[in-house]
Amino acid sequence: MISNLDYTTLQQLWWIIIAIVGALFLFLTLVQGGQTLLWQIAKTDLEKSLVITCLGRKWEMPFTTLVLFGGALFAAFPKFYATSFGGAYWVWMLILFSFIIQAVSYEYRKKPDNLLGARVYELFLFINGSLGILLIGAAVGTFYTGSNFTLDLYNRVTWDYTLAGINLRGLEAAFSLFNLCLGIFLVFNARVLGALYLLNGIDLSSTPDLESRLRRQVWSNFFIALPFLLYVLISLLTMKGFNVDNTGTVSLTASKYLSTLLAMPYLPIILLCGIILVIYGVFSSSFKQSNQGIWFSGLGTIFTGLVLLILPAFNNTAFYPSKLDLQSSLTIYNASSSMLTLTIMTYVALGIPFVLAYVVYVWKLMDSKKLTVDEVNEESY
Amino acid sequence: MIDVDLSMVNWARGQFALTAMYHWIFVPLTLGLSFLCAFFESIYLRTGKEEWLSITKFWMTLFGINFAIGVATGIILEFQFGTNWSNYSWIVGDIFGAPLAIEGIFAFFLEATFFAVMFFGWNRVSKRFHLFSTWMVAIGSNLSAVWILVANGWMQNPVGMIFNPETARFEMHDFAQVVFNPVAVSKFVHTSSSGFLMASLFVLSISCWYLIKGRHVQMAKKSIIVACVFGLLSSGYVAFTGDESAYEVAQKQPMKLAAVEGLYKGETKAGIVAAGILNPHKKPGDNQDPFLIKMQIPYLLSILANRSLNSFVPGIDDLVYGNAKQGIESVESKMIKGKKAIKNLALFKQAKKDKDDPKAKLALEKFKENQEYMGYGYLNNPEESIPSVAIPYYAFHIMVTLGTLFPIIFALFLFYGLKDSLTQKRWLLPIGLISAFLGLIAQQSGWVVAEVGRQPWAIYGLLPVKVSTTNLAVGNVQTTFFMFLGLFTLLLAAEIKIMLKQISIGPSEGR
Ligand code: HDD
Ligand code: HEM
Ligand code: HEM
Repeated sequence: MISNLDYTTLQQLWWIIIAIVGALFLFLTLVQGGQTLLWQIAKTDLEKSLVITCLGRKWEMPFTTLVLFGGALFAAFPKFYATSFGGAYWVWMLILFSFIIQAVSYEYRKKPDNLLGARVYELFLFINGSLGILLIGAAVGTFYTGSNFTLDLYNRVTWDYTLAGINLRGLEAAFSLFNLCLGIFLVFNARVLGALYLLNGIDLSSTPDLESRLRRQVWSNFFIALPFLLYVLISLLTMKGFNVDNTGTVSLTASKYLSTLLAMPYLPIILLCGIILVIYGVFSSSFKQSNQGIWFSGLGTIFTGLVLLILPAFNNTAFYPSKLDLQSSLTIYNASSSMLTLTIMTYVALGIPFVLAYVVYVWKLMDSKKLTVDEVNEESY
Repeated sequence: MIDVDLSMVNWARGQFALTAMYHWIFVPLTLGLSFLCAFFESIYLRTGKEEWLSITKFWMTLFGINFAIGVATGIILEFQFGTNWSNYSWIVGDIFGAPLAIEGIFAFFLEATFFAVMFFGWNRVSKRFHLFSTWMVAIGSNLSAVWILVANGWMQNPVGMIFNPETARFEMHDFAQVVFNPVAVSKFVHTSSSGFLMASLFVLSISCWYLIKGRHVQMAKKSIIVACVFGLLSSGYVAFTGDESAYEVAQKQPMKLAAVEGLYKGETKAGIVAAGILNPHKKPGDNQDPFLIKMQIPYLLSILANRSLNSFVPGIDDLVYGNAKQGIESVESKMIKGKKAIKNLALFKQAKKDKDDPKAKLALEKFKENQEYMGYGYLNNPEESIPSVAIPYYAFHIMVTLGTLFPIIFALFLFYGLKDSLTQKRWLLPIGLISAFLGLIAQQSGWVVAEVGRQPWAIYGLLPVKVSTTNLAVGNVQTTFFMFLGLFTLLLAAEIKIMLKQISIGPSEGR
């Protein structure tokens, strides 16, 4: 069956797979969000242990999903991988740094003789949750706002954006208001998710203060995130987009993304559902006593993320546009792997549901009992 | 046609070497220790004795400390292909990406998911499911090795692809050939078994320390027996697969083999150098003896390289300057063909751009005549095709010497361990104590042989390292080089301190 799929379908399929992985990553940033909350919500050592242990059991998930996101892009859209990672060098390097320091922090924070002291590892976690997510948002934003590169006949990338004589190599992404707003929205959304997840995962009966702080954080972070989300959404509807005509020529076209939303009506529906779900999760947790908000807001984040990643790639749009040379822009059709590679990988992707199934199974198994104070005293991060 | 900033290339190489070598401090231990933990836990479930549970938990704690930093160094490697080697990423992405994606989908998720159960599931899942999870972590970590080594094996011996001049990259032609590439297979079996060996040495070292200090004696003795059995079996396997690796090198990368053996003038009935000191003034093509002193075992190299006593093993001079009698073409002649290929590829691309189809067709035909030499066209002189000789030579000999030493160490410990007289053999314990460091040295040497011996090629014979890079100002790469050096060194220091502390705390009081 897969061997009958045509090239275009495969290319679209793989972009959708990548969008799903990206959207799942955004859900899993609940770990990163929780990390940035640590100092605000946990006032005692016990509370800290509860929070860190609850998050620590999941830290590998967003990390591995990010790795997979990179690997899948390399495999399916190597021209994007080469252009973006090589071109927007500093954005990616800083993102990577923020994940290196995360990886060791859970394991090392509480161990005796850990050289740097618990505070430094907590700071590492904070940097990962704030700067790391902000930059990821800015990098995703360039799907809409474009980057400063050109490609030569051999597809080698040249990056050109200088400030005071220094080639910023991608850092300029963070100077665009749109990208920045997207990044900030993701940071605060992650904090909402983090608080919701902790409400769900910890047995709060003996730490009522922690519970009320968490409920307050859900609401206040949502409140901060909202204007940024609105800005992003309104911009999306009004901004120019990078249209590709049937000769392959790229041009800036007014209301491009609006017309995509109209042309693919299920996208706005998914987006709307996503936003409603996020809001429902927030309200049920901050004003009622629900601990299940994470599932609603989480699913809502996945929906929203999915639309955000699909929108710039479909309906004859360049998903990695170049501001310097429109014709260097990447589309899912000119940036992809060969048909054979995509076909093979699609067979491989048949395994993804099984992987997801055991991830969900183990997750449920591990979270079936809430994390208690007793348990943290026995084994904790 | 391409201006390369060589200092940038060298910083990028240095950065890759730095990060890969850091990664390789932790990875072999993960590969082996995960299995050892699974063994210990299986014994615990079989016997139901609490002491095995505390042994298991102790080694798992050390595993966890090591794992975290292994992961931290790995993510850099993956993204570094894009950031520093973007031209290479584009050219190989169609082949290379798939193994990497498979690794991400299957191996890393297997590891990541069951890792949480292994560490926090003791009170949350049944004992059997816990044991299952520990085994899954072990299998998952070794599966990660498969795919990345398929990728590396392809760089050493590119097969299963065709060059597409339209896109200017290699495209997959036969996935099975890529996966079952003999170099990839020999790499996987050799590296994974060397990881088992490494972890056995690690357990042995720490247990010896306890015996020297007279602490946790029972647990140390038990651990030693398990580790020595595992270690002895793996040493045999390492030697066997190492011989297989050398055979593959001889067949696919004769220049690497020549460098590793310091062989300049090819020979039939060639002998292998067991030990020797290289002549630092030796230049290719001159008549000096490559060695100041050497000890040779006759015939062995011909057997190792071609599985036949009378076979010819080419030396560096034959490979560079050609050897008509043996039918070896000189690099100079390959360079001429390669330059033609590059020129015609450029003509083809230009004609395509100008939409001049007849001209494009002609250029393409001419390109195809010489396309397999394209990589040589980027070389500036024939000598550029020679890797460093001294580095792979010494690294190889260190690895092999250690590789023959380890089984002896394991056998001694197993012998006295079974007789339960280890504590009386005070002379033996320090040897066991330092053995993990020796293992680490052997590990690093192995990769140095493989990667330095591969120079100047990123893709063997097809793409030189110097044209694989990103167009970056050298300052960027220098900065990140030092950032990684600083950060990794800091984290390594933290890791070692934590590890030592946990060792001195010992089992049962550990996490
Ligand atoms: C404990 C570590 C260890 C030990 C004792 C040995 N090796 Fe090894 N060797 C490795 C660890 C290693 C490695 C780190 O795993 C390498 C690097 C690349 C690879 O495929 O495996 C390697 C590479 C490597 C290569 C280069 C492969 C290539 O360039 O593609 C050869 C020819 C050998 N080994 C041969 C041997 C022989 C004949 C040994 C004798 C006993 C031996 N090794 C022991
Ligand atoms: C350039 C080559 C390499 C790249 C790009 C790479 C990439 C990575 C990445 C991204 C991770 C983190 C995975 C996670 O999220 O859990 C990782 C960890 C790991 N890698 Fe590598 N790796 C390389 C070389 C190797 C080699 C040669 C092996 C084995 C033969 C290996 C074995 C492992 C293992 C077992 C882990 C698990 C964590 C640990 O190190 O303890 N890697 N690697
Ligand atoms: C983890 C184990 C590894 C170690 C310790 C290692 C070691 C090294 C070293 C020492 C160099 C520098 C060689 C030189 O410049 O002279 C290097 C370069 C490189 N290696 Fe590896 N390597 C490892 C695994 C891999 C794997 C699995 C791949 C590919 C899948 C790979 C791809 C490369 C590339 C692309 C370079 C840069 C280009 C070059 O200098 O050849 N390495 N590595």
